[in-house]
Amino acid sequence: MVMKIVARSAGKSYPSKAGTVTALEGFDLTVGEGEFVCLVGPSGCGKSTFLRILAGLDDLTSGEAYIVPGADPRKPLNNVVFQEYAVFPWKTVLDNVAFGLQMRGIGKAERYEVAERWLSKVGLKRFMHYYPSQISGGMKQRVSIARALANDPEVLLMDEPLGALDAQTRAVLQEELLRIWEETKKTVLYVTHSIEEAVLLGDRVVLMTAHPGTKKSEFEVDLPRPRDLATTSTARFGELTGAIWDDLRDEVRRAMEAQA
Amino acid sequence: MSAVTKVRDMKRKPGAAEWLIPLVGLAVLLAGAQLLDLWGSWWWAVLGAAFVLVVLLAEVAARRLPFRLQGPYERVLAWLFPVLVLAAWEWLSTSGVLNPRWFPPPSRIAGALWDLTVNYDRFSGTSLLGRPWLIPASLASNGWAGVAALFSESHVWATLSRVIVGFAIGAVPALLVGIVMGLNRTVRTMLDATMSAIYVLPKIAIFPILMLVFPDPFGEGPKVTVVAISAFFLVALSTMAGVQGIDKVLVQAGSNFGANRWQMLRHVILPGALPIVFNGLRLALGTALVVIVAVEFVRAKTGVGYLVYYHWQVLSTPKMYAALLVVMVLGVGLTALLQLVERLVMPWKR
Repeated sequence: MVMKIVARSAGKSYPSKAGTVTALEGFDLTVGEGEFVCLVGPSGCGKSTFLRILAGLDDLTSGEAYIVPGADPRKPLNNVVFQEYAVFPWKTVLDNVAFGLQMRGIGKAERYEVAERWLSKVGLKRFMHYYPSQISGGMKQRVSIARALANDPEVLLMDEPLGALDAQTRAVLQEELLRIWEETKKTVLYVTHSIEEAVLLGDRVVLMTAHPGTKKSEFEVDLPRPRDLATTSTARFGELTGAIWDDLRDEVRRAMEAQA
Repeated sequence: MSAVTKVRDMKRKPGAAEWLIPLVGLAVLLAGAQLLDLWGSWWWAVLGAAFVLVVLLAEVAARRLPFRLQGPYERVLAWLFPVLVLAAWEWLSTSGVLNPRWFPPPSRIAGALWDLTVNYDRFSGTSLLGRPWLIPASLASNGWAGVAALFSESHVWATLSRVIVGFAIGAVPALLVGIVMGLNRTVRTMLDATMSAIYVLPKIAIFPILMLVFPDPFGEGPKVTVVAISAFFLVALSTMAGVQGIDKVLVQAGSNFGANRWQMLRHVILPGALPIVFNGLRLALGTALVVIVAVEFVRAKTGVGYLVYYHWQVLSTPKMYAALLVVMVLGVGLTALLQLVERLVMPWKR
């Protein structure tokens, strides 16, 4: 399998008033092309930090972490779907989705065509001339996902994208993500704190621990694809989430005590 | 179900009495005030009581209107109240309760405004609007120079041009400085304290220095400059705040999607800062108007501020009020213009 994401003993520490804080230490990870990998762990385990490092929004302080470029050098390495949506309030839905293409200097006709295609895939074509303030949170996150996919990056980095949504909207968007991923087979690194979400979406779940943030264990998710919400009621789904939770429980306790 | 109807019944029940009580109260109050001669030293109490009774009346009317007329009714109320105030003023002033020398009746103020508008003051060589009805004739006889002469005799144009030119000279560099201060930490640290200190200084206080600096102390230079300076600090500091206040995650999204420096400025920083920039522009416009009127009080031969002050000096109070009215119209007009620009520049704010 062709490697798309490689991290070798990646570490990140930064100075603070209370001394040096280690957010990430000795973190190893490889993600193959077309693989959907979920990072799960208690808050403060460095899962978002690692994603931000890959996105180029943060720097490593030790080791290495990089995305392997593809054959086409014009293709962007990564795009992020942020938890806070991060859609531009001053751009219409259409211009938001076309943003990455616009930044790369692609002409109006072409970038709107691509953007419209992605908007219809996430069911928002009707709203393409709306401004973000006129649509709901779930729709904004769909715009954010469409914006990343329209830019066609080598790797899609998703930082708790559904974390701010209510339970019903989250369920709907999880199914949409599954459907879109079946179509595109993108390489995805997905950060979440929900074990259920990780098992439902991912091919592999990487469990992280806090203080310092590092990898604890890895789980292959052998649930058959295509999946949908019905997958969550299968016996195997219960086994997997149970096994991961058994492994994580002590970690969460430890993290809570460390924060108290 | 029945409980709900009951509540509505109770609200609607008192029929004519609802009207009667405030109406009779108002009549008794006004008659009593007249008879007992309460207007002299108790005018504030009479006015306060009258206002309460008028509010009661308006609410009775509101309760009786069907729901779809509530909106129009509120708009009518918003316009009717000032009319009522003017009518009361008119009555109080003509009946001698208010001293008409200091508070001339609105009808006389309107007459004075008409006088100011249509008449040309031979002594000072000025008029309020610059007699725009003469433009075609003077364009025919003297060409554009004739039109310019008409403009130069106008008080409104004098004030307007000082505000607009000064505002532009102050606000445009302020935008640049504000953006740089917002983006660059070093520049911000160096300038912030100094600018905040100058910001609180009333800019009118530096007018004497400006008069010394300019070769013609009584010309337009110092006047325009003092407006520019007062606009500059407000706009620069609010632009800085606007740039700093942009959601960090939007900047991260911009850079993650490959925006270069220029694209970041154009697509993320500027639109993100605009709402707060416009707050600053609005404040700066108000300040500019205050400053220019104050300057025109002391050092000008044209302008609406001069007009107010001049008619105060010659004790022609109706014309003074008329000039104040013009200042108000200018303020409202300029603010409306800025709002229009705001709506054009920021369509996402509706």
